[in-house]
Amino acid sequence: MSEVKPLLSVEKLKTCFELDEGTVKAVDGVSFKLYPSKILGIVGESGCGKSITIKSILRILEKPGRITSGKIMFHSTKFPGKAESELVDLAQLEPHCKQIRSIRGNEIALIPQEPMAAFSPVHTIGNQITEAVLLHSSIGSSEAQQIVIKCLREVGIPNPERCMEMYSWELSGGLRQRALISMALVCEPSLLIADEPTTAIDVTTQAQILNLLRILQKDHNTAIIFITHDLGVISQLADDVVVMYLGRVMEVGPVDDIFHNPQHPYTKALLKSIPTINTVNRSWLPTIEGSIPHAFHRPKGCPFHQRCQDVIPGLCDQKTPALHPVTDHQSVSCFKIHDFVDQP
Amino acid sequence: MNPKPEVNTKILEVKGLKKYFPIRKGFFKKTVGQVKSVDELNFFIEKGETLGLVGESGCGKTTTARSILRAIKPTEGEIWFQKSNQEMVDLNSLSNKKMRLLRGDMQMIFQDPFSSLNPRMNLLDLVGEPMLVNGLKNRKERSERVAELLRLVGLRPEYMQRFPHAFSGGQRQRIVIARALALNPRLVIADEPVSALDVSVQAQVLNLLMELQERLNLTYLFVAHDLSVIKHICNRVAVMYCGKIIETATTEDLFNTPKHPYTAALMSAVPVPDPRARFKMKPLEGEVPSPANPPSGCYFHPRCPHATELCLIEYPELKQVSDNHFVSCHRHDELQLAGVD
Repeated sequence: MSEVKPLLSVEKLKTCFELDEGTVKAVDGVSFKLYPSKILGIVGESGCGKSITIKSILRILEKPGRITSGKIMFHSTKFPGKAESELVDLAQLEPHCKQIRSIRGNEIALIPQEPMAAFSPVHTIGNQITEAVLLHSSIGSSEAQQIVIKCLREVGIPNPERCMEMYSWELSGGLRQRALISMALVCEPSLLIADEPTTAIDVTTQAQILNLLRILQKDHNTAIIFITHDLGVISQLADDVVVMYLGRVMEVGPVDDIFHNPQHPYTKALLKSIPTINTVNRSWLPTIEGSIPHAFHRPKGCPFHQRCQDVIPGLCDQKTPALHPVTDHQSVSCFKIHDFVDQP
Repeated sequence: MNPKPEVNTKILEVKGLKKYFPIRKGFFKKTVGQVKSVDELNFFIEKGETLGLVGESGCGKTTTARSILRAIKPTEGEIWFQKSNQEMVDLNSLSNKKMRLLRGDMQMIFQDPFSSLNPRMNLLDLVGEPMLVNGLKNRKERSERVAELLRLVGLRPEYMQRFPHAFSGGQRQRIVIARALALNPRLVIADEPVSALDVSVQAQVLNLLMELQERLNLTYLFVAHDLSVIKHICNRVAVMYCGKIIETATTEDLFNTPKHPYTAALMSAVPVPDPRARFKMKPLEGEVPSPANPPSGCYFHPRCPHATELCLIEYPELKQVSDNHFVSCHRHDELQLAGVD
C-alpha cells in the first residue's frame, strides 16, 4: 500500500451551510483515501453528508454551502500545459477556475442520482455526450461522434447510431442509466463518482448496471466512489467501505471486515436491522431506536450517542471520538474501542 | 412463528380482475390501443394473513391495490370481500353509495409519508378525519380515540397538536398507519410502506406492522418491490409480471423452490449484503416489456433462458403444482430452478 500513492485523499473536510437559522455542519471532518482503480463505497442514511462530500470534491456545492476547512488532494494528470502529473488541492481552487473545469468531467466524472433529470429533454443524447468530448479535447465533431458511438456501444446500448438521435425521454430507465454512464466515461476519467446510481431503477436492471460498472471498472482501471444507502449493493461492488453518520465517518475498512467484523456500534446495529433475503420469515428485527436527529439539532459529542446501545454516559455525550485505526486497515471512531478525542 | 389463519375463510377473493387504460391519439382522441395494466388477475387473501404482491415497476401492483379499494374502477372482474357479518359482497358491482359504507373496513397505507399527509392539518385532524367523516362528531371522543391510536403506533399523544413537518420520515409513516387504523379496518393495503424510509427506520416500521397485525387481527395486502422485505413479512407471495400473476405460493415454497424462471431471476438479482457472496448475481437480459404492447405467447419469453417454441405462441395458464403453489409456465415441471438457500 505504501508504494501506491492515493489518487484522492480527503483530509478533515468540513462543509457548512450558513443559514439564517444557524449553521448546518453537513460534513464535519471527513477523511478517507482512494487508491487508483479501487472501488470505495460510502454508505449512510439520508442526511449523513454523503452527497455533500462528493459535491465538495467536485466543487459544485450550491450556495450557501462552503468548504470551511480541510484538504482534498487529487492526483491530476491531464491539466493542459503540464506534462507531469501533479497533486492539486481541490479545496483551494476557485469553484469556476480553469483548472477545476478541466478536471471536472475530464478526470473526475459524476453519475448523478436521477437518470430522469440528468439529461436535458430538448437536446438529443448524442448532442449532450458529444458536447462533453468537444469541451475537453481538441478533436473535430465527426471524430467526437465516433468516440461517443463507440462509448455507447461499450455500455451495451443496442443500435448506438440511432440512440444518438434520440431524446432522453424516449429511452427506458435502464437504457437512460447506461447512456448516463457512457457520458461519464466518455472522457476516460481516472475517478468516477456514482451517486446512488441504482436507487431509481428495478432490481433486475440494477443487477445489469452493477455488472456493467464492474466490467467497465476492470477494463478502464477507473477508480470509483460509489455512494448508496443500500448495504447489499455496496457489499457486491466495493473494495473499501466508509460508513457515515450525520456528517462524520464512523468506520472505514475493507469490505470484508466491515461486513464480517464490524467494530462500531452503528455499523453493527445497521447490519442487524436490515431484512435480507436470508432472514427468518416474520422474525423480530433488531432495531436502532429513535430517528436521525435533524441537522440543526446535532447532539453534542458522538453524533450517534443518543441511539447507541453501548453509550458511556458522561463521555460519549461530551467529547467527540476521533477516527483511529484499530487494525492495519480498519479505523473506527468510538470510545468503546479507543479513547482518542477528536481535536477540532 | 407464523400466525396461522384461524379458520379457512377468505377475506378477499379476486376473480378475473382487469384494468385497461385506453391510449388516445389524434384530434378526436380516438382510442387506438389499450394498456393492459392488470389483466385477468385471480387471487385470494385469507383472514389474518399477509399476502405480498411483488414485481418490478410498471407491472401493475399499485393498479391492483387501487382497483380493490375501488379508488379506480376496474374494467372487468369480481372482487369478493367478506363483510364483518361474514357475508361476501362483490365490490365491483356495488354502487358508490353502498361502497362508501364498506370503505371503513379496508384502508390503505401509502408509500411516501412526505406527500400523503396534508401539511396544514395537525395530527388530531389527520387521524381524526376518517372518524369525523364516518359520523363520530363528538370532538372529545375523537381526541381520545386519536390519543389511543397514537399510543398504539408508538407516538406520544401530546404530539396531537403538532403538524407533520415536525416529524421524521419514520414517525410520519407511523401517523399514516394510525390514520389507516382509525376505523378499525379488517383489510389493510400497504403500498410500499417502507421503501421511502431510511434503512435504520425500516426495521421499526416492519416490526410495528407485524405487532399491530397480531394485536388487532389485521389482514394485509403488502405491495413491494423489495424481495427482502417481502420475504420477511409475508405468509404468501404473488409475483406479478406485466399485469399478470405468474406465480403464487407460500413464502417458504416460493423462496426455496421457485417454479417460474422470472421468480428465480428476481431472487438472484437481489444484492445480498455479504461481500463473500459476491458474483452470485446473474443479471437477466433485456427489460420489462410495455403492457401496451406485450410480446406474444408468454410475456416473459424474450428474456427467458428456458423458452421453447410453445412459449412464443401460447400464454401459459396459471396451474396448480402443489397445495398452495400456482405457476404459469409451460415448463414448470421439468425446470430445476435455484431458490434462496
